[in-house]
Amino acid sequence: MSVIEKDVQEVKSGWRSFTKGKWAKKVDVNNFITTNIKPYEGNEDFLVGPTSNTTELWKIISQLSKEERERGGVWDVSLDTVSTITSHNPGYIDKDKEQIVGVQTDAPFRRSIQPFGGIKMMIDATKAYGFELPNNIVEMFTNIRKTHNQGVFDAYTPDMRAVRKSGVITGLPDAYGRGRIIGDYRRVALYGIEFLIKDKKQQLTELEVDSMTEDVIRLREELSEQIRALAELKEMAAAHGLDISKPANSFKEATQWVYFGYLAAVKEQNGAAMSLGRVSSFLDIYAQRDFEEGTLTEEQAQEIVDHFVMKLRIVKFLRTPDYNELFSGDPTWVTESIGGMAEDGTTRVTKNSFRFLHTLYNLGPAPEPNLTVLWSEKLPEGFKKFCAKVSIETSAIQYENDDVMRPYWGDDYAIACCVSPMRIGKQMQFFGARANLAKALLYAINGGVDEKSGVQVGPEFPAITSEYLDYNEVMKRFKPMMEWLAKTYVNTLNIIHYMHDKYSYERIEMALHDRDILRTMACGIAGLSVAADSLSAIKYAKVKPIRNEQGIAIDFETEGEFPCYGNNDDAVDSIAVELVETFMTMIRKNKTYRDAVPTQSVLTITSNVVYGKKTGTTPDGRKKGEPFAPGANPMHGRDKKGALASLNSVAKLPYSDAQDGISNTFSIVPKALGKDEESRKSNLVFMMDGYFHNSAQHLNVNVFNREQLIDAMDHPENYPQLTVRVSGYAVNFIKLTREQQLDVINRTFHSSM
Amino acid sequence: MVKGHIHSLETFGTVDGPGIRFVLFMQGCLLKCQYCHNPDTWGLNEGKEMTLEEVLAEIEPYLNYYKTSGGGLTVSGGEPTLQAQFVKQLFTEVKKRWNLHTTLDSNGYNDGSKISDLLDVTDLVLLDLKHIDDEAHIKLTGKSNDRTLKLARWLSDHNRKMWIRHVYVPGIHNKEEDLLNLGRFIGTLNGVEKFEILPYHQMGIYKWQELGRPYELEGVPSPSDEEVQRAYRLIEEGRRESALVK
Repeated sequence: MSVIEKDVQEVKSGWRSFTKGKWAKKVDVNNFITTNIKPYEGNEDFLVGPTSNTTELWKIISQLSKEERERGGVWDVSLDTVSTITSHNPGYIDKDKEQIVGVQTDAPFRRSIQPFGGIKMMIDATKAYGFELPNNIVEMFTNIRKTHNQGVFDAYTPDMRAVRKSGVITGLPDAYGRGRIIGDYRRVALYGIEFLIKDKKQQLTELEVDSMTEDVIRLREELSEQIRALAELKEMAAAHGLDISKPANSFKEATQWVYFGYLAAVKEQNGAAMSLGRVSSFLDIYAQRDFEEGTLTEEQAQEIVDHFVMKLRIVKFLRTPDYNELFSGDPTWVTESIGGMAEDGTTRVTKNSFRFLHTLYNLGPAPEPNLTVLWSEKLPEGFKKFCAKVSIETSAIQYENDDVMRPYWGDDYAIACCVSPMRIGKQMQFFGARANLAKALLYAINGGVDEKSGVQVGPEFPAITSEYLDYNEVMKRFKPMMEWLAKTYVNTLNIIHYMHDKYSYERIEMALHDRDILRTMACGIAGLSVAADSLSAIKYAKVKPIRNEQGIAIDFETEGEFPCYGNNDDAVDSIAVELVETFMTMIRKNKTYRDAVPTQSVLTITSNVVYGKKTGTTPDGRKKGEPFAPGANPMHGRDKKGALASLNSVAKLPYSDAQDGISNTFSIVPKALGKDEESRKSNLVFMMDGYFHNSAQHLNVNVFNREQLIDAMDHPENYPQLTVRVSGYAVNFIKLTREQQLDVINRTFHSSM
Repeated sequence: MVKGHIHSLETFGTVDGPGIRFVLFMQGCLLKCQYCHNPDTWGLNEGKEMTLEEVLAEIEPYLNYYKTSGGGLTVSGGEPTLQAQFVKQLFTEVKKRWNLHTTLDSNGYNDGSKISDLLDVTDLVLLDLKHIDDEAHIKLTGKSNDRTLKLARWLSDHNRKMWIRHVYVPGIHNKEEDLLNLGRFIGTLNGVEKFEILPYHQMGIYKWQELGRPYELEGVPSPSDEEVQRAYRLIEEGRRESALVK
């Protein structure tokens, strides 16, 4: 090739004018960002409103959303075709107006059949929404092609079925996709499919080793699947008339390529959380280049972001109403992590970070994508203030502590689902739902007998028979009960993830990972504040169990006062801390599938309502069936010393023993944040700086009045886009069940005035 | 050691003084305002008894919020000057230990010269002026406004900083002449950094019900924005008049 030909190729190349580094030799997106990013330290003044195309497209989507609600929650189902990367012809909202194309099936809002996680979920979901799954598909995935769900139940022990049924362990991903895996979708844009396939083929060659052990065989099979998935991804893009075999050439192409990678993932997997990663500042590098070349205006850049986000907002899975009761509001957790700092001390905030948040104005507030700001005290002030403004005006974003997580995960991690950090393309997790500590405490008091069913679920340890509960005796019984729970829990997860790898492997997501990755076994706990307050009552007041004829403590009489978690009082906060540390230590003792590193979260999603339903009366005064507090929150109304005391209590929970995240949902009325807009913004910034300075991990910020929510319950038609942060994600308030709406309304609203 | 009778505390106060503030609500008040949203703070010698050290320990964990935001400590109530000794010691201590900004939220029903040592360690007084017309003041609170006006004068004479606050209840505070008079009075004072109207709200009604007290303002609405703006205008007019005279 002549020198001139080479130059021409360079000029046209997707990598033109980028600073070359390690990334140009082998897959290394973070190195590309480090060498090419242009941080932005200014404010939001450069942002522009929606184009007319954007407004018109959003109108169509709003209409479809309305129709979907009117049709009972599902607009349509593509019944005859099992969803794969290439299964459906392209679908469009309005082809001429869309900058970013591609939907999950041949039409937006038409949900797909994804049976690999479990056929039962598909049968039940279609039936519940008035559709019928064709017999041949039912037959195929019942008698011919085994699913993840069948595999799991083949291996479950009677003990595991019992803990699942009683609810002492809940939310296990054993009937659908496990999710919480983030493909590094940026790789599609930066490298193009050819490069990625070549890289994967090389990895396969490197595995022509002397000893064909089970691990090597499995990995070879997985790599072959990954290569196949990459080829299908290219085919899917080609069906839209786009060739993604080479690196993307422009901001628009880069955004489109990234979206295609993500779209392939959601076409193939109905994972519980299908998070996006950390794409906004990566894409900004392309926007900057286009600006410099004079081929992009701010209006066009914002339009591309708006159209991309619009697509992310309409990702949909077919789920049963049961599932929606557990995880309310039809969530998909398209989590996008924004901002944060680089390890060299510069910020990862770019103009595109602002553009992503600005979609909440151009398209109005929405729960998805789950916009997550990685907060650092060192973030540029202009960005901090803008985030505060967006929170105050939309209640649609959440914050996670970059200063706490960066030392663990470096500067190119993203949040999966609500609060789970992972290095992008280098780490995945085995999602493990959560164990109910409040219920486990009742098991300790009742000798392993379930307080609701009267069935022996836990081990038959001696029940406590004394008239009053003695703290030391309760703790003596509680610890072995927790040990048993941790063991049963990890074993259950081992089965689930073994089967998921086997029957519902995430080919395309893993194709966008390195060959050798870190896996975590992401356990979790629910009912932390209930358990801590209950133990506080036992320790500092007098608690008398009321037993039924079977001898089960079904109620408690408490005399005297006791400190409650949420008031920055070490007397009880230390109990919460001890529970987190103790349970984590117990989890770590167990052998995990694929040698995953055990972690845990303190997170309930919205299932704090369902967990509460499954748990009897507890010694803290919570009556049977009443909801728990969400995540690591103090119980509603028990935090009596104002917002900072409440935040301080939560900040004490050690991230080192809850590396999968500690969720805290904070609600405040606008007037309690300050008298005018400027002071509200700065007070919120000060509040978050202080809270995260104390090493807290996560905060959902809601700013609204209780009256507004009550009105929205009665007049949902007036609030089609009312967005509320719940527990690591946001929901459309009017899509919640009435019970969940009441739970949100009953939560502590900080309102001192 | 003097102990304080404390009603409650709030770690994240943003409306009672500048910045983010720790707000300590003292127990006990001699005025019985019809619109009071904390009637449970009235009773004397009730509430929780706390030592100075106990209160300081409640403040300390949040100092970084108060310092970085330009906030501090506000003592409110009830009526904090009824426990002037305790509040004086508290203010002295937070200044000595942490150099914290101090604010006193008072109805002014006290004598400036009697509480001058408290006012000496107070950076800002939030003075609640309940009604400028004495007869209306007596009807609204059970007491004359004489002491409050005198305290305002005392603060002015001693070059102290104050924010004057005025709860506005429709039908009680809407008379044009009263609003002008209020402005005229404020116009004669030095050191008024801010004047605020606090629009009446009904959020305290449930407390009256819990205490089994009849609520005189049943059915009275919150003022509209226009009504509040009108009040601001008239008060401003009054202030300008007396400023000219001064």
